Amino acid sequence: MQIIISNSSKEPIYEQITNQIKSSILTGELQEGSPIPSMRKLAKDLQISVITTKRAYEELEKAGFIYSIVGKGSFVAEQNLEVIKEKKLKVVEEQLNEVIMNSREIGLSLDELQQLLKILYEE
Amino acid sequence: MDNVVELNNVTKQFKDFSVKDLNLQVKRGFVHGFIGANGAGKSTTIKMMMNLLKPDAGEVKVFDLDYKKYEKTIKERIGFVYDGNVFYEGLNLKDIKRIVAPAYKHWDNALFSHYTSQFELPMNKSIKNFSKGMQMKASLAVALSHHAELIIMDEPTAGLDPIFRRELLGLLQELMIDGNRTIFFSTHITTDLDRIADYIAFIHKGKLIFDKSVHDVAENYAIVKGRTDLLDQDTEQAFFHIHRAATGFEGLTDDVRNAERTFGGEVVIERASLEDIMYYVKGGLQHV
Repeated sequence: MQIIISNSSKEPIYEQITNQIKSSILTGELQEGSPIPSMRKLAKDLQISVITTKRAYEELEKAGFIYSIVGKGSFVAEQNLEVIKEKKLKVVEEQLNEVIMNSREIGLSLDELQQLLKILYEE
Repeated sequence: MDNVVELNNVTKQFKDFSVKDLNLQVKRGFVHGFIGANGAGKSTTIKMMMNLLKPDAGEVKVFDLDYKKYEKTIKERIGFVYDGNVFYEGLNLKDIKRIVAPAYKHWDNALFSHYTSQFELPMNKSIKNFSKGMQMKASLAVALSHHAELIIMDEPTAGLDPIFRRELLGLLQELMIDGNRTIFFSTHITTDLDRIADYIAFIHKGKLIFDKSVHDVAENYAIVKGRTDLLDQDTEQAFFHIHRAATGFEGLTDDVRNAERTFGGEVVIERASLEDIMYYVKGGLQHV
């Protein structure tokens, strides 16, 4: 599992960890049921405090991305609805970005785009 | 969560200095940093934790035990490292092992050899010919070789070069993989703590300013910069010491959300480093 931490980023370190693990799960790089390092091991590897990795794992657990078994460690959870939703949302975001880029290229304003979207959405 | 050390309303009075009404909890399994300027009371507090000084009032509990009854039991479970040479200078590490080992029930010769070779310490050279870094490594090797659950260090990184300081921090992190071990260390080199500390206690002029997790510190403290005309009697309340210049003001707040509400987009708000916090608190306590 590869995680790159930026110390100069505005994004808190625990968020950098949760986001990178999430994206590894969403891209399928981390498979369902596969073990991830203990939070203490991860803290040592990333040279950060235990409480930071602890917080990252707690957030991931809350969001249903991983689960922990006392004495055994943490594992990638079965993908639940919310995870799938987030996965889809990410795709939608990417597609919308493309739409925005295309619109800008032809000088379509945000208002015009929103109108177009409204019409198509309600169809 | 269980505490390995608890100081409850601890007070110690000296002629010209005192530690007042100190409350501090050190949680098992974490690295607890203890910061403060020189003379703020760090060593006094640590000496009370080690029962080298007795408080005038209040209670010190280590592993939930009282020093009055359980001094030996408590000390068995602590590894103590402090700034300066603990040993007789003429001795070498072999002698020291011979003297120290019998004092501990859980002394582990193999572990001692492991650390002395990891730290590349010569066994037959007398301590007085050790560099500062080597002396520090020697006392650390001793502290780690009796399976201590709690490692207390007073300024362990003072006077060490940056490379060895990093090595030491790496080593401490390795120790923390075993979730039962706790490290409490004082330092005024706050960058050491930015990397590995879970909790930070900050003492100033004998009073504890805060004892919080690093997240609480990062999420509540901030440096606010803006135009001086934004300051008035009300808005100034949000800050510890304010630094004013012709170009604008800079201040430390411990309630970043309040500052955001008060000033909106009118100011620049930046993360406060531990050094910022120490600097501004030293500048004067305006609203505490």
